[in-house]
Amino acid sequence: MRRDASPFIRFWIEFAENRLALAALGVVILVVGAAILAPLFTPQDPYDIGKLVLGDARRPPGHVGSGGYVHLLGTDAQGRDLWSAILYGLRISIQIGITAGAVAFIVGGSLGTIAAFAGGRTEALIMRFIDLQLSFPAILLALVISAILGQGKWQLTIALVASQYAYFARTAHGAAVAERAKEYIEAALSTPLSSRVVVFRHILPNCMPPLIVVATVQIANAISLEATLSFLGLGLPVTHPSLGTLISNGFQYMLSGRYWISIYPGIALIVLILAVNLVGDQIRDQLNPRLQR
Amino acid sequence: MTAALEVRGLKTHFFTRSGAVKAVDGVDLTIERGRVLGLVGESGSGKSVTGLSILGLIDHPGRIVEGSVKLDGQELVGLDRDAARRVRGRRIAMIFQDPMMTLNPVLRVGTQMSMALRAHETVSNDTARERSVRALSRVGLPTPEQCLAAYPHQLSGGMRQRVAIAIALLHSPSVIVADEPTTALDVSIQGQILQEMQRLGAETGVALVWITHDLAVVSSLAHDIAVMYAGRIVEHGPTADVLAQPRHPYTRGLLDSVPGEAKPGEKLAQIPGSIPALIDLPPGCAFRARCSRASGACEAMPEIAEIGGRLARCFHPLEAA
Amino acid sequence: MSAPLLELDAVSRRFSRRISLGDRIAAKLGATVEMREVRAVESVSLSVMKGETLGLVGESGCGKSTLGRIAAGILAPSAGTARLDGKPVMSETGRREKLTTRVQTVFQDPFASLNPRKRIGEAIAEGPLAHGLIDRAGSRAYVAEQLSRVGLDPSYSSRFPHQFSGGQRQRIAIARALAMKPDLLICDEPVASLDVSIQAQVLNLFLDLRRALNLTAIFISHDLGVVRHLSDRVAIMYLGRIVEIGPASEIYAAPKHPYTQALLASVPRLNRHREGRTAFKPIAGELPSPLSPPPGCHFHPRCGFATERCRSEPPQLRPLGPERWAACHLAE
Repeated sequence: MRRDASPFIRFWIEFAENRLALAALGVVILVVGAAILAPLFTPQDPYDIGKLVLGDARRPPGHVGSGGYVHLLGTDAQGRDLWSAILYGLRISIQIGITAGAVAFIVGGSLGTIAAFAGGRTEALIMRFIDLQLSFPAILLALVISAILGQGKWQLTIALVASQYAYFARTAHGAAVAERAKEYIEAALSTPLSSRVVVFRHILPNCMPPLIVVATVQIANAISLEATLSFLGLGLPVTHPSLGTLISNGFQYMLSGRYWISIYPGIALIVLILAVNLVGDQIRDQLNPRLQR
Repeated sequence: MTAALEVRGLKTHFFTRSGAVKAVDGVDLTIERGRVLGLVGESGSGKSVTGLSILGLIDHPGRIVEGSVKLDGQELVGLDRDAARRVRGRRIAMIFQDPMMTLNPVLRVGTQMSMALRAHETVSNDTARERSVRALSRVGLPTPEQCLAAYPHQLSGGMRQRVAIAIALLHSPSVIVADEPTTALDVSIQGQILQEMQRLGAETGVALVWITHDLAVVSSLAHDIAVMYAGRIVEHGPTADVLAQPRHPYTRGLLDSVPGEAKPGEKLAQIPGSIPALIDLPPGCAFRARCSRASGACEAMPEIAEIGGRLARCFHPLEAA
Repeated sequence: MSAPLLELDAVSRRFSRRISLGDRIAAKLGATVEMREVRAVESVSLSVMKGETLGLVGESGCGKSTLGRIAAGILAPSAGTARLDGKPVMSETGRREKLTTRVQTVFQDPFASLNPRKRIGEAIAEGPLAHGLIDRAGSRAYVAEQLSRVGLDPSYSSRFPHQFSGGQRQRIAIARALAMKPDLLICDEPVASLDVSIQAQVLNLFLDLRRALNLTAIFISHDLGVVRHLSDRVAIMYLGRIVEIGPASEIYAAPKHPYTQALLASVPRLNRHREGRTAFKPIAGELPSPLSPPPGCHFHPRCGFATERCRSEPPQLRPLGPERWAACHLAE
């Protein structure tokens, strides 16, 4: 291992030593790539209602539909090709999960760091509010907000950010309080450098390790939360199905033997969340100072 | 008469992913009862690992690869767990830089002392208490009863270290290994502890290995000094001889680096370069890269040999002044 | 050495425990709430002349680091002012911000005082860039100059702190402080965490730089030998007060305050030309807690000469000879 390599390179070399995490990262990249490039791999645009043929509805996997192509994973109740619907659904799920995670990261990370740096009343005010929110189940908060805002991608993202930023803020605050007490912060302040520079260029970058760990967990959580909300009918409309909507739609056919409508989107969801969590676990192990060699 | 502690050819290596770290690489020491040996070295010299190896406290990935440690003639290297546990704390004890290494923060001092007693003896509550009080007053704690009822955090750093010393002395061990026990303490408290240890050593006849980076501390405390560098002893002899006329260039450099001897404001005679990493240490004298007397001969490892009333490991030792 | 560069005018610093809401309610209900207040520094006046090095010595809890931080503009004094060339170091009201770049600090722990995520070149250039001492175009050359001045290879500027040893890191910290072109350097135990052989290298570097740059410095240390070696004048602190101040050579040769005498006597000496072991002469007693220092002279419970007056009346610093001051009722 080269000693003059940047911290990022050294991190990557160590990451690659864990085969399972590497495989999980591969799965994540594959799934995300397939979702982004969905139109290239799918025979059908599941959002184009005009193209849906009701005669093709609820067909089992392997059925050749009226479009002349094989429905690899069958079709749903609206006659959508499930393979196409899953990839497009993943696209929405990932998009919402990452957007919500990133916004929550920025908002929560900044709030927590600023609170830790400011101290006193500002800190007490921000952190007590966040504690209050954390004492509330995230799913409940997300439910209430999306019930108020209604269906749609942006409404859903806002609901997710509102219920998740607190985790980032709590983590950032904890890390920043520890960093704030270190001598390099004292050195920066005694130069003197402005508070803005000290907070965003010195404290925040050093709070990144725990924040990145929280981020991987929270992106997985955001995806499953989104699926939950959609499953409950509060997330995305049936015309733009995400994975949760697909599972929900297929649920009523489960007992009639048409398992594929729910099962395949469910498998896609599990694979994605499991892979993200495995990657997150490895990152956490690597960043945990107690496990560091 | 057998020596209280006899260490021969001790090698302790740590097997890491990047290679074997030879923290201790062939150390010989002999200490008689009632004597104090100052084991001096900078960070990475292997002095602390030597102390831990003597007690058999080396954990994975470290291992004693070679050598023998004899306590009153009994071999300690290779003892099984139970046998080692019967020896540790009873016949040989250790004092650490941070007394909280041995003190449990959630138990009262009295509880811990009677636990330490009962680890090796069967005693009644009253006897345990009485012996604890006696041990605490022996180390100069003015109010031993109050101290027994206290939790470690209620005591000052100096008092905690005294308690740790009292626990070490409970079973009247033959040998105590003290690893930088005064480094974290204030000057005035350090002076008190040193005074106490000097007295206790003479009273109890315990053999004391005093590990430190501070030459000044051992210069007044130790009968003998052993200077370590990169896992080996480079000079070993009576304190007065070693300090007055160091023969190894490293000992000399170390002594000259201490401010207080030099004229104020003048530059100190520094040793150039830095302490070598113990991983992949090149063969030969480890000090040669920093040494002004080094020659081609130093590419082989010099044996430790007697010169001027002490042992030195050098091909080009300094002459007597 | 003519005009004082730094003047501390009766500075005090108190640290109080944060009063929680629970305590406030308890106090309202009539309970006695313990108000814990540490007087880290109690009304200290001090001046440092241009070009001199003042050593600040004391045991833990004596307030030497707090006093250094007040001089450095890191901590605002609770009372009194610190002035550099007659101008206050920190703003007197509002958020108490540091107003000058002419005082810089070198900290104790070189493993904590460098931001682990900044390349050392960035760390050195950051302050001068923020204050317009240099521009981006000139920063590379400037950093190279700073590094070579402290004896490091300029090509190291793109490395991270973890790639350096303790001694090298302390050199980097010194380079970072000097890059701000300070008139006054506060050194807070800069060699305490270094090995003896490395400590000598850093002390020598400090001596060289002081001569080359005509630096004024406050050198804080618990190590009496180090302070003796570097300082022109020495101030001894005990529980927040200066008990003795004067030229280094005179204080070490003939200390006037009983605490200074006892402290000097309790330091283990490396006497290379002495036969065998010597007895230690430590100060008796524990350091009192700074939360409840003894009344009168703080040192009286440990002092062999204490009288009734020492137990009640705190002694003031008074002159005992040219440039020599001590805070003791009995010293002469």
